[in-house]
Amino acid sequence: MLYAVLCYNDENAVATWSKEEDDACMARLGKVEDGMKAKGKMGPVARLLPTTSATTLRKTSGEPFIIDGPFAETKEQFLGFYIADCDSLEEAMAFAKDLAEANPGAGGYEIRPVGIFHPSELG
Amino acid sequence: MVDNAWIAAALTAARPQALSALLRYFRNLDTAEEAFQEASLRAVRTWPDKGPPRDATAWLIFVGRNCGVDVVRKTRRNVALPSEEYLSDLDDAEVDIAERLDGAHYRDDILRLLFVCCHPDLLANQQIALALRIVAGLPLRRIARAFLVGEAAMEQRITRAKARIAANNVPFDPPDAESRLQRLGVVAVMLYLVFNEGYSRGHSDPDAALLCDEAIRLGRLLQHLFPTEPEIMGLVALMLLQHARHRARVDAGGQIVLLEDQDRTLWDGPMLAEGRALVEKALRHQEPGTYQIQAAIAAQHARAKRAEDTDWGAIDRLYQSLEVIQPSPVVTLNRAVAVSKARGPAAALALVTPLAEKLDGYFHYHGVRGGLLLQLGNAAGAREAFNRAIALAGSPAEAAHIRLHLDRLAALPALPPATIAN
Repeated sequence: MLYAVLCYNDENAVATWSKEEDDACMARLGKVEDGMKAKGKMGPVARLLPTTSATTLRKTSGEPFIIDGPFAETKEQFLGFYIADCDSLEEAMAFAKDLAEANPGAGGYEIRPVGIFHPSELG
Repeated sequence: MVDNAWIAAALTAARPQALSALLRYFRNLDTAEEAFQEASLRAVRTWPDKGPPRDATAWLIFVGRNCGVDVVRKTRRNVALPSEEYLSDLDDAEVDIAERLDGAHYRDDILRLLFVCCHPDLLANQQIALALRIVAGLPLRRIARAFLVGEAAMEQRITRAKARIAANNVPFDPPDAESRLQRLGVVAVMLYLVFNEGYSRGHSDPDAALLCDEAIRLGRLLQHLFPTEPEIMGLVALMLLQHARHRARVDAGGQIVLLEDQDRTLWDGPMLAEGRALVEKALRHQEPGTYQIQAAIAAQHARAKRAEDTDWGAIDRLYQSLEVIQPSPVVTLNRAVAVSKARGPAAALALVTPLAEKLDGYFHYHGVRGGLLLQLGNAAGAREAFNRAIALAGSPAEAAHIRLHLDRLAALPALPPATIAN
């Protein structure tokens, strides 16, 4: 079963990391990713740019309207995701736990089973 | 220190909002800073065991308020207490504060904190130092290093700037819509000053790069507060698009590398993507401004995978819009560079020649003019212009760059100056 592991954190706090701190964190997360890759379980991975660069399209009964910014103003923002092929929730949670250890502190990971999945053609 | 790195990040991120709320409460910058400092110390002591609070900013404001009141009470003989109106609700629960944080005034709080750093009595470098110390919370040591001065000198500069602010009335009344926009404009200029202080120094210097990083971070903060202001999007985009090229701007020997000669694989991809996204968002509003247009020009360069792919016609048109909004000989000079690429050196020289009087003391004017004359085969004219440029160079790197042109000229056989097209 495919699971999405959704990454949430305070993007303002993440933005205070120096380039070295950010690189070091990404390197630690990369190792966790490599572990899943070695087992052939790693799907697409994405890190999103800050919500200040987001645009939201809200549906209305007529013409949808466009809002500058994210879908909702929240304390923690959706910053990226992993898709992994896990045998059980247990395994998906173990993966998320490894990610949390590689990137300790505030924030969290939401583990959500994937319904429909179109594999990427972007490579 | 990995364990506590996140606390440092949370404190830095919460600082502008928490400090500015404490400033509104205590109406005194020193008390607000002390209160925030004390709250931060308590955070460092308690968060590792208890875990982070759900809302770090609300926690810091709540704790800081109590600490600040203690400080004020201890020193009450010297300092007047805030009026009862501000002290009466000390028993508020954290939840209540957190709710009020989401209320309307936190935007004005942060804007006020940034705005007091831009007081017109302060020199530009005082404004920059103050913003970095107070709003960004950078340690004195790092600010001093970024300005290439000693710590004591920097401390004095900041103390003097603070005294200036204290002597003048900080505007505590909530601004109306018009003065809010006015403040925003002033703050945007100050942030761009911070950025340029770092940018002009060249990014091989990590202390200078820090100024660029902080300016971008504070710019994003402004964008959170004013998410629909296209000029703020433009400002952040402009800073991102310029900063994204920092690794390619200077070569191993410290020489400036011109945009067209830069190794574009060294440009920071995510930073460029963010900048380009912001330009597109801003332009959708159809309220053009100088930051937006400059960012749109930078985005045109960012789009080109190779220098020869650059759409110079589009850049020429953007500079024309900039000339309308902000007429200036420097803008026209920049436009001339685009024109020389799109339509050739003769058309560009025709734009540059009328600027002679206004830009005679400007390094880039003579550099650009020399380059155009050289392309038109006027070696003597080019040599004269380059020599003027060297005399006006603001840094050794600038002078060295022009000297390269002169060296190349020296290697050419002298041409009669009869072939000037204009």
